[in-house]
Amino acid sequence: MKYVEEFNDPQLARRLLDEIHATVTRPWAMMEVCGGQTHSIIRHGIDQLLPDEVELIHGPGCPVCVTPLEMIDKALAIAARPDVVFCSFGDMLRVPGTGRDLFRVKGEGGDVRVVYSPLDALEVARREPDKQVVFFGIGFETTAPANAMTVHEARRLGIDNFSLLVSHVRVPPAIDAIMRAPDCRVQAFLAAGHVCSVMGVAEYPELVERHRVPIVVTGFEPLDILEGVRRTVRQLERGEHRVENAYPRAVRERGNPAAMRMIEEVFEVSDRAWRGIGVIPDSGWRLSDAFRAYDAEYRFDVGHVRTEESGECRSGEVLQGLIKPNDCPAFGTSCTPRTPLGATMVSSEGACAAYYLYRRLEVTPVG
Amino acid sequence: MCLAVPGRVVGIEDRDGTRMARVDFGGVVKDVCLAYVPDAEVGEYVIVHVGFALQRLDEESARASLELFEQLGLLEEEFGDAWARAEAEQTAGQEGVR
Repeated sequence: MKYVEEFNDPQLARRLLDEIHATVTRPWAMMEVCGGQTHSIIRHGIDQLLPDEVELIHGPGCPVCVTPLEMIDKALAIAARPDVVFCSFGDMLRVPGTGRDLFRVKGEGGDVRVVYSPLDALEVARREPDKQVVFFGIGFETTAPANAMTVHEARRLGIDNFSLLVSHVRVPPAIDAIMRAPDCRVQAFLAAGHVCSVMGVAEYPELVERHRVPIVVTGFEPLDILEGVRRTVRQLERGEHRVENAYPRAVRERGNPAAMRMIEEVFEVSDRAWRGIGVIPDSGWRLSDAFRAYDAEYRFDVGHVRTEESGECRSGEVLQGLIKPNDCPAFGTSCTPRTPLGATMVSSEGACAAYYLYRRLEVTPVG
Repeated sequence: MCLAVPGRVVGIEDRDGTRMARVDFGGVVKDVCLAYVPDAEVGEYVIVHVGFALQRLDEESARASLELFEQLGLLEEEFGDAWARAEAEQTAGQEGVR
């Protein structure tokens, strides 16, 4: 068992598709929350193999995409300082802030480095004690255990020249906000599997009851997504709304208790602004008082940076599932991965980037 | 960036008081922190995200899922393979046009 090839089997995909085709009787709209799932769906053409009745609405689960412009501008201000080594995941470097991006800061002499893990940034801090090393800590519940542990390690090992610029977001408050939006069309959710690997499913029964929508924990390989859709369609057709786990090989009901304990120790729940959506109450984490000394926003005093979102990029509507990426007039013309207007065109999980990679030949007007 | 991928634990060691593993991702081997899955053993698969193992992959559940998908084909055995039929029809249609 390699856990990847087996879940890409075309014969089994047919069986799942047959079952979905046989079950569906009327139109249903469901949202896949995670950008990784969006890419898998578009890359494999899963949406085109499903019955016409099943519509997949792409959700806001791309951490790079939902990081607000203001936070990017704070990152740029910190990264430009001569005493700072600014470490980040590669995706963030081309996300446009107001007027420039991290690549530009690097080109202008800033010490900006791409790392694979926040622990790599901590190692830089240990090796270069004369520098202030800042890690751009973005992400959902999947990334939070890594960032929490890194700050915890910094304190344990006495590496005081390390700090974290935190922009952490949580999935359940976003699901709640999407369902409360007046023009919401979502009737069910494929929940992000790896978020649940960490957090379990305890936060979902309340959402299922409040909004009367099925929530099916779903994985990322083609068969995983089809199984998530199959179970969701079955619930919808039966008029049910329950939490189901369609990704049991990686998700336990209680999640990962050790990771949850570390998150709880290092972070506290806070309001967060989501790019294009606005502030969602209790939708993120910030460092708790005990670890505030490691918060780059305080250490470098960038709390005053205020930025308005531009109107040209319609990523907010894409992230809420109100429009598809190719409905935006800028898609593939003034907005491409080389010259992105917004993060959804940059990130390897952004919905616009997925459509550009796999669908642009179908949607670019001819002549 | 948020993508977590499965990999096989090929070695485990203690580093500065932290449990670390060497994890093989189809030929690429990386250092991975095992603090959140401390009982993972060499040979087992774990889900890894940004250098941290988040969960052990459960082989029994994986097999159960695949068996379930196999059983969904019962309709096909009764009524024949609708996909093959559609393909044959399409081919026949194209030949007709010619």
